[in-house]
Amino acid sequence: MIWRIASFAVAAGFVGLWQLIADLKLISPVFLPGPDRAWTALMRGFATGDLTGKLIGTLEHMAYGWLAASVAGIALGALIGSSRLMRIYIAPSLEFLRPLPVSAIIPVAIAMLGLTQGMALFVIAFGAIWPIMLATIHGFAAVEPRLYEVARALQMSRPAIVFKIALPSALPDILAGMRLSLTVALILSVVCEVLAGLDGLGHWVLLSARAFRSADLFAGVILLGATGYVTSIAMSLAERRLLAWQSTR
Amino acid sequence: MSLERAKPLLLPLAALLVFEVWIRLAHLQSDSLAPPSAVLAALAAALADLTIPIATRDTLLAAFAGLAIGSVIGLALGIAFGVSNMLDRLMEVTIEAVRPIPSIALLPIALIALGFGYRMEIVIVAFACVWPMLILSRTAVRGVEPRLMEVSRALRLTPVQRIVKIVIPAALPRIFVAFRLSAGIALIVAVTVEIAINPLGLGAGIMQAQQALRADLMLAYLVWIGIIGYGLNLALVVVQRRMFGRAAIAGAGS
Repeated sequence: MIWRIASFAVAAGFVGLWQLIADLKLISPVFLPGPDRAWTALMRGFATGDLTGKLIGTLEHMAYGWLAASVAGIALGALIGSSRLMRIYIAPSLEFLRPLPVSAIIPVAIAMLGLTQGMALFVIAFGAIWPIMLATIHGFAAVEPRLYEVARALQMSRPAIVFKIALPSALPDILAGMRLSLTVALILSVVCEVLAGLDGLGHWVLLSARAFRSADLFAGVILLGATGYVTSIAMSLAERRLLAWQSTR
Repeated sequence: MSLERAKPLLLPLAALLVFEVWIRLAHLQSDSLAPPSAVLAALAAALADLTIPIATRDTLLAAFAGLAIGSVIGLALGIAFGVSNMLDRLMEVTIEAVRPIPSIALLPIALIALGFGYRMEIVIVAFACVWPMLILSRTAVRGVEPRLMEVSRALRLTPVQRIVKIVIPAALPRIFVAFRLSAGIALIVAVTVEIAINPLGLGAGIMQAQQALRADLMLAYLVWIGIIGYGLNLALVVVQRRMFGRAAIAGAGS
């Protein structure tokens, strides 16, 4: 507990240092607003509702894209992972695509769908699907083989095997993949908003930068950091909840 | 090549063939799709007239410079936090507050502070590379066999000697795994920054091809970026196997 307080004190010290640098104008205030000005901008943004709207926009992009990716990723991963034949024929191609920087798909998506909301959702879902799908395939492949033998002995149907044995035992992998995707979804949301001028924090920070409103810019960046932090905490909580049965390990 | 090894290639080849035939038969005129043969031709042409090699050099230059800066900072912090429990606990809140900021959100800040060009891209890549390096090297240092630390105490090594002679060599295989991860991130972030805003390198090239409605060139860039990403990862995996052998695989698994 003492450590926690000390740790917060250190963080507060850094904010103080930031304030000092800004006050002494060591770095031009055009580039670096003090924490006081960033905070005021943040509060003003919330009071007028400007920033609230942008935040909701970004969260929407992120959530829709991520949810679509989760559903499709788990379904495809289960399909590929539960069949030996598909694993042999398809999985290597997927592994080949894995190191591709997903943002490179953005120009293709723009060419096909234009600078639209649909383009953003496609890009976010496309980027976020990989970690989930590959984790699902891996999880399915790593299921204890004896469980499959039991299933065969019990003459379970293939859907029953998937839902009662493979999915639960692959769940830790799948959740880890979903957590990874969450970060990807946030980053791609910001990039798509920057490129397509969609309503969201990415667009907000870019406009603020173009107008040299550095306080608004930092307010947006702080909010993006907070979004990343809160979503990752929520994911950890969900993970702990869903994997409670696993605690014997 | 045996049949077993050819199997994974069947699907992509068949898909390309179907795609090619479908576009040829449908006489599709599109701004977003081009037959694989045209993409291949565009790739060969762009490689020959040096546009793609120059763009690749720019992208890799920015990615590697950022990777170098970011991993040195991340490694130094990771070792410091791994060795000193006190420092780790004191900095925890600060680190946890800065880490979740998506690297791309720094783009506008880097833009007004540094303008377009290599520098802003390098800064953003470096920021993105610090975190995996920090977290994984901290874990690696913590995982150093405690008896080695006892030996270092028995030998009365100074803290610097202990880090250089014991901690770094012992943690190196896992630090390299972190480096490989960071290298992948560096390339992704560099391309993303270029696509989003920076008029430089492969990312800018693919955006220009899209805006010029050159679907074949755009897809050629896409394929090339994929090859670069795959090649970089493959090269690092080979280096890892050569340098660390079994230790590296054990490190990657844990």
